[in-house]
Amino acid sequence: MPAFPKAAHDAVRDTTLRGNLRHATHTIRAKRAHAVAEVSDWAELREAGKRIKDHTLRHLDRYLVQVEEAVTAAGGVVHWAADADEANRIVAELVRATGESEVVKVKSMATQEIGLNEALEAEGIHAYETDLAELIVQLGRDRPSHILVPAIHRNRGEIRDIFAREMGEWGRPAPEGLTDSPAELAEAARLHLREKFLRAKVGISGANFVVAETGTLVVVESEGNGRMCLTLPETLISVVGIEKIVPTWQDLEVFLQTLPRSSTAERMNPYTSMWTGTTNSESDSDSDSDSADGPKNFHLVLLDNGRTDTLADEVGWQALRCIRCSACLNVCPVYERAGGHAYGSVYPGPIGAILSPQLRGTESEIDASLPYASSLCGACYEVCPVAIDIPEVLVHLRERVAQGGTVTREGAKVVLKPAKGHAAERAAMRAARWAFSRPGVLRAGQRLASRTRRLHPRTLPGPGRAWSGSRDLPPVPAEPFRDWWQRTNGGKTDGGKGGAE
Amino acid sequence: MSSRDVILGRVRRALADVPPDETPYERALPRTYLREHGERSVAQTVELLAENLADYRAVVHRCATVPELSALIAGLLAGRGARSVLVPPGLDEAWLAGTGADVTRVADRAESTAAELDRVDSVVTGCAVAIAETGTLVLDGSPDQGRRRITLIPDHHICVVRVPDQVVGSVPQAVERLAPRRPLTWISGPSATSDIELDRVEGVHGPRTLEVVLLGGV
Ligand code: SF4
Repeated sequence: MPAFPKAAHDAVRDTTLRGNLRHATHTIRAKRAHAVAEVSDWAELREAGKRIKDHTLRHLDRYLVQVEEAVTAAGGVVHWAADADEANRIVAELVRATGESEVVKVKSMATQEIGLNEALEAEGIHAYETDLAELIVQLGRDRPSHILVPAIHRNRGEIRDIFAREMGEWGRPAPEGLTDSPAELAEAARLHLREKFLRAKVGISGANFVVAETGTLVVVESEGNGRMCLTLPETLISVVGIEKIVPTWQDLEVFLQTLPRSSTAERMNPYTSMWTGTTNSESDSDSDSDSADGPKNFHLVLLDNGRTDTLADEVGWQALRCIRCSACLNVCPVYERAGGHAYGSVYPGPIGAILSPQLRGTESEIDASLPYASSLCGACYEVCPVAIDIPEVLVHLRERVAQGGTVTREGAKVVLKPAKGHAAERAAMRAARWAFSRPGVLRAGQRLASRTRRLHPRTLPGPGRAWSGSRDLPPVPAEPFRDWWQRTNGGKTDGGKGGAE
Repeated sequence: MSSRDVILGRVRRALADVPPDETPYERALPRTYLREHGERSVAQTVELLAENLADYRAVVHRCATVPELSALIAGLLAGRGARSVLVPPGLDEAWLAGTGADVTRVADRAESTAAELDRVDSVVTGCAVAIAETGTLVLDGSPDQGRRRITLIPDHHICVVRVPDQVVGSVPQAVERLAPRRPLTWISGPSATSDIELDRVEGVHGPRTLEVVLLGGV
């Protein structure tokens, strides 16, 4: 895996990718602003979201046990997975126990993070992705590039070619004479996947939220493939990061307002499914009864895989508040130019830059370079519906990479040596060079970092400190972030005259 | 040591420095956000529901009485050439009184396979709650709504909302009314995707046509 600057360098030269990304991020960004403006109490909802998550994380042991009790009482089975291998092993065993060799899957970051599809494949179990974008990615033997629209790097012509070429190999072939109209492409996907939904015996999902007091799981989606996977199979296995818990049923009223508006910029996403254990009717625990609704067997796999280590970090733990809305990607000037693949992880963009190095540690070159994949402009913090101070965590992680210090790995405190001047320096320098060759990125960084946030007084930390010592940092501009953002149409016009699309 | 103990142990060690705080949750979390956005009369709330449903491409109809409703439903089914319709066990029979014998009524039975349901053209249900601010219908598996899959597999869903009783203004008001342990499906417009160059396309897997009937004198 190349370090971020190298990967980004290649990506910015890919003009198709850049065009697609620019179109996508700018479209969603504008729509989001509109959707957020519709609710006058956005600031209060954001604050409540932040506090709910913080409270949960600070009492996580208690809430984990409560989830286990509630899900078990509702007829589900709870499994605990300390790392990716263990989670994959548990899921593979559960699938094997059903005697099936095929499963249908709902898009889930957690299962991508642990490489579940590959692990199942190695066990002779084939996992079908059913989200349209994931299907495009899977058929194209590709990697996702955006949390919400993973195939954003593909345009319709490429999608048509992938469908025409690959669908037949996996199941029902694409119709003859398929054109590149989105409606036709969606119809081809509908037909191709329906065959799989109707015969699937095992479904695998993640979850957006788990309610501790009731044991209820929530999946938010648009297409209906989630509903298919959650209700038709006999066995449902949900792999969920331990940070997805909220304490009470009422807490959902906050996130069901902030998540759709932040992610797809809709008042509400088309479908949200909520189920509790082997959901029958309210008081009914007999799944053979006539009111049985949905899978007879439900398994919840609670996943750690670096989350407890992240929780132990006094600054970085706030990354666990993330509800994966992807708003921070869409406003990030670095993401817009570099694309999702450059981040070398399932979590791209600003959140990826702080989450991946914490979940995986900063030993590898890509993870050591990720904290530098930012201009610290602060736009990500402004849009984040749970107010994660991403720039603060980035700066903190840069310090850690450069100066070393105590971190927690797999539950044990270890002292990281300062990266012997080399790896980190190199990563930082390459990131810096990359930014400096792109005036828009840097300018965004300088202007924004300076005025709007308490980050201001800090000089470039870590390797940047030595580096800024030998260079003149451009002066702090007088213009605040918001003004700049509006005047330049989100950095698109590089600080020149204002202009709209 | 089990992984359960390992994970809980790691969490407790990670939180060891956090000062103990036994503030009850209700007080730890001041809910300063609004219960509802803006002030509306009952009629305005119903109107907003209709607008937002239509905005997300549901087809909205209104009926004052049950006889009108049964004629409307018959017309909607005939208009699509539906030959079969799924009927949840507790659906008011009068709603389908206008529908002729040429449309086969299919019961929502536990034994039905997904492939059988795939051959049914339409489904008619009630709902638990409708949310005006977001244009959302919530189904909770009550007898007039049936199992989750019957509103998923057919390509045409007619959902009847009793107004104003079943209409709430906002998401918080809906959450307050719903029973969390029931199987819940929140529906806002027909199935959609924006995965191809962000062009919105209706209907990938769920019903491609969602018709909502607002039943009542408001
Ligand atoms: S960090 Fe915030 S803005 Fe980014 S995906 Fe997570 S919740 Fe959304």
